[in-house]
Amino acid sequence: MDTRLMAEDFSAWYGQNQVVKNVTLPVFANQITAIIGPSGCGKSTFIRCLNRMHEVIPGTRTRGRVLLDGENIYANRVDPVEIRRRVGMVFQKPNPFPTMSIFDNVAAGLRLHGLPPGTTAEEVVKRCLKMVGLWNEVKDRLRDSGVSLSGGQQQRLCIARALAVEPEILLMDEPCSALDPVSTMKIEELIKELKERYTIVIVTHSMHQAARVADYTAFFLNGQLIEFGPTSAIFTNPRDQRTEDYITGRFG
Amino acid sequence: MTGERNQRRKFMNNLMFVLALGATIMALIPLGSILLYVASKGLIALNWDFFTQLPKPVGEPGGGLANAIAGTLILVGLASLMGIPLGILTGIYLSEFSRGRLAWLVRFICDVMTGIPSIIVGIVVYGTLVLAMKRFSAIAGGVALAIIMLPLVTRTTEEMLKLVPHSLREASLALGASRWRTTYSIVLRSAMGGIITGSLLAVARIAGETAPLLFTALNSRYWHTGLDQRIASLPVYIYTYATTPYDELHRLAWGAALVLVAMVMVASLAARLAGRKAGGGR
Repeated sequence: MDTRLMAEDFSAWYGQNQVVKNVTLPVFANQITAIIGPSGCGKSTFIRCLNRMHEVIPGTRTRGRVLLDGENIYANRVDPVEIRRRVGMVFQKPNPFPTMSIFDNVAAGLRLHGLPPGTTAEEVVKRCLKMVGLWNEVKDRLRDSGVSLSGGQQQRLCIARALAVEPEILLMDEPCSALDPVSTMKIEELIKELKERYTIVIVTHSMHQAARVADYTAFFLNGQLIEFGPTSAIFTNPRDQRTEDYITGRFG
Repeated sequence: MTGERNQRRKFMNNLMFVLALGATIMALIPLGSILLYVASKGLIALNWDFFTQLPKPVGEPGGGLANAIAGTLILVGLASLMGIPLGILTGIYLSEFSRGRLAWLVRFICDVMTGIPSIIVGIVVYGTLVLAMKRFSAIAGGVALAIIMLPLVTRTTEEMLKLVPHSLREASLALGASRWRTTYSIVLRSAMGGIITGSLLAVARIAGETAPLLFTALNSRYWHTGLDQRIASLPVYIYTYATTPYDELHRLAWGAALVLVAMVMVASLAARLAGRKAGGGR
């Protein structure tokens, strides 16, 4: 199986505080990789390092390599802006642009990078909104503000916005934690459909969600990667005592 | 027991309400009387000539302050042209790009500058620009007013940008937008209403400044002929005419005062409207 992303001996800090410790983790092509672990285990920080979003916060630093198709995205000459175009991200809290309409939110990335040849913005927006299952709900009010939608719709809008620039990999940082169960289910369905075309990494605090959607699961604790493997193996036959304690609900 | 306590509470409640209402009315009396007084004195001076004629020499009746109205608009325009873009860019720098000591220093200087008496700004511009150009000029007046605007616009812009949630910046960066592009299309656009409000309030603030114009733009009895020439303005005309012994000129000074108050009120109202419009859009 192809390895799209590979973190090698990767560490990250906030100021003096090391939150990711020497993590080595592969992400396989067209698979869903879930990262689970209790609050504060460094899973969100780690996923933000995969498209160089961690360094956006003042006072942070990193060490180690992340290989995207074999090339280190932390090499000196690499432009983080280019990496973020190839590795998209969906955040915990839906964050549509409040000054933009639904249409413009999805088209925002296209305006930055230009349209793929032979397409129109209308086509791309329609395709992306269909992909996230939002088209029928919003097709008559594309000019309305993006923030007029419900929380679950906003999150699907944000996923459509991320998909519009055709990233190769999609990172999702607890995308359902602010949503109700029905919206959560819709997004999980969507993630499973998306894996045919994209490679997905999802951080979740819900073990059940990881078990439902992920092909591979990584368990983080105190900034360290404790265990990584096929989801079924992690949940039915964990090798590490701490993984077993966590998934059986003994802590976290 | 509880009835007594209830009564006491109600009494205190009413007492504080009456006190607050009384204080509000007391605060409104001077404000309202200024407006009323200026209006009653100024309205009789306003006629078609006031807005279209140049001032007449002392002793000749009639005439107007058309050149001063135009001059004030030109001075405020010049100041805005310099002060607003510079202030907004500095505010953007402080909020979006700066880290550490330089930002602290800029912020500190801005706060100090907000409190500096405007006559000092006038003297400094006189000592530098006016002496260097060897003449009083509209440019010098505009620069002096721009310096007064600058800290106001800078700090408002910074505050407004800081109100934009960090998650929006992240959303944009994660789409592969550069820092500058994110600032321009996402952050600045979200904060636009507040920045416009702040800028218009700064315009209202400088429209009536007299002291910095006394040694920079000076005054003129004629239409302005070039930005490097001295120029008339309403505040300076009010100052000059009010201190003469002639009733006719006093009358014109009141007219000028009323026009100035009206201009400031229009700017303030526009600021409120801009703020409300942007607020409703969120």
